[in-house]
Amino acid sequence: MKTSLSHSKVKAGDELPGLDIPLTRTLIVATAIATRDYQEVHHDPGLAVERGSKDIIMNILTTNSFVGRYITDWAGPDALIRSVKVRLGAPNYPGDTMKMTGSVTAMEGKVATIAIRGANSLGDHVNATVEVELS
Amino acid sequence: MAITREGMTVSQTQQETDADKKAFYEQLQGFVGLQIGPPQPAPDEVNIPMIRHLVEAVGDENPIYLDEAAAKASRHGEVVAPPTMLQAWVMHGITPRSNEGDGPYEQMNRLLFSKGFTSVVATNCEQVYDRYVKPGDRLSMTTTIDSISEEKTTGLGTGHFVTTRQDYWDADGNRVGSMLFRIIRFRPAAKSKPKPPRPAPATTHDNSWWFDALKDGTLLIQRCKGCGELRNPPHPMCASCRSMEWDSIEAKGTGSIHSYVVTHYPVVPSFDYPLPILLVDLDEGVRMVMNPIDATPEDLQIGRKVTIEVHKCDPDLSLPFARLAK
Repeated sequence: MKTSLSHSKVKAGDELPGLDIPLTRTLIVATAIATRDYQEVHHDPGLAVERGSKDIIMNILTTNSFVGRYITDWAGPDALIRSVKVRLGAPNYPGDTMKMTGSVTAMEGKVATIAIRGANSLGDHVNATVEVELS
Repeated sequence: MAITREGMTVSQTQQETDADKKAFYEQLQGFVGLQIGPPQPAPDEVNIPMIRHLVEAVGDENPIYLDEAAAKASRHGEVVAPPTMLQAWVMHGITPRSNEGDGPYEQMNRLLFSKGFTSVVATNCEQVYDRYVKPGDRLSMTTTIDSISEEKTTGLGTGHFVTTRQDYWDADGNRVGSMLFRIIRFRPAAKSKPKPPRPAPATTHDNSWWFDALKDGTLLIQRCKGCGELRNPPHPMCASCRSMEWDSIEAKGTGSIHSYVVTHYPVVPSFDYPLPILLVDLDEGVRMVMNPIDATPEDLQIGRKVTIEVHKCDPDLSLPFARLAK
C-alpha cells in the first residue's frame, strides 16, 4: 500500500508534482452524474449552447473532487483534509486539459496549507487553498 | 422611460441613484441569517456504490475510499467517503426542483430579478470538514443566507454576491462539515455587437488584379515577363531585371510556414484573439502573409506544411488562408 508523506518531510515552499487532467466529454458527463448533478449544462451540449455556454462544462463538485485527489495523490492515504476553499474561473470545456500545480504555503505542526492552481487553455479554472493534516 | 430592444430599461439603471442602491442593499440585508426551508435529508445513506462511481470517474486511487484493508490500516480505521464529496450526498437529483416556493430564498431572488439581476455564476465554494463521513451515515443539510454584498461590477456585469451556508449533519445531530457557497446574481453586460467586417486591403492599380482573382477563388503569383522570376506581393517592376512587363501564374496552393506571430494586442474588433499571422513559403518560391484556418497558436510550427484555400471574408473581399496539413 502507498505510504503516506510525513509532515517532517514537508516545508513551506515545497512544490507538489504536477497533474494533467485530460478533459474528455466522458469525464465531464460521468463526474457530473456521479455527483448527482443533472443540470443540463454539464451533459447536454445543445442545451448548454442555448443557455449561452460554448459547450458543456465541468461541475463544481468535480472540481472539488480533483482538488481532493490532487492532495492525497501527493500526501497519501493518511492525509486528513480539513478544508478545501476554491475560487472558480475559466470553465473546463471538453477537449481541453486542466494542468494542476501546487505548493506548500505554510506548515504549522502537522498541518500544511497548500495553494493549488488548475489551469486550462483559457486561464485559471480553479485556485484552491487546502488545509491538510499530514501523518 | 424607453424600453430598449434588449428588454432592459437601460436609462432606468443609469439613473439609479446611490440612495436607491443603498435602499435596495438594505432591503437585501433583511434576508441575511434566514434559514432556507426545512433540513434536506440525503436520499441515501453514505454508500460504497456512489463513492465508487465518483472516485473511478476522477481517477482517485486513494485506497481508503474502497479498500477495507487499506482503510483499516489508515488513521480512519474504516472505509470513508472522500471529504470533497460532501455536497453530493444531499444533491437533489434529476427531478426538477420547483422554483415557485415562497421561502426567503425565492423572495430574495424575486427581489434581485426585479432589478434585472437575472443571471447567475458560482464564484467560490469553501468546505470545512468536522469529520470524514463513512458508509452508513445518514446526512441532512440546512441552508442559511450568509451574506449579500453591495452592488459590484465584474467582467460579467453588475450584481450582488450572495453567499449561502450549508451545514451537514449526521443522524445524531452532530455537524460533519459545512460549506460557504458564493454566487453572483448579475445583470449581464450589454451584448457585444456583431463583428465589423475585416478591414479592406489598400488596393491600387498595381495590385487590384490580384485581389480580383481571389474574388473568383484563384490565387495568383506575379511573374516577370523579362526573366520569369516570380514575385509577391504584386508590384510594378521586377527587382532582378527591372522589366515592367509581367503576367501571372496560378499558385498550386501548397507551402510551409516560414515564420509566424501570434497577436494579442492591439485588438481590432474584426478578429478573434489570440490572432496568429503566418508568413508562408509557397512551393513556387514566393512568400505570402495570411491567417491560418481551424488552427490554434499551439498547432503552429515553423516548417509545418500547409495547403492554401481561398475564402470569402465578406462580399467584397476574399483572401488566402492556410490550413495545416495533417
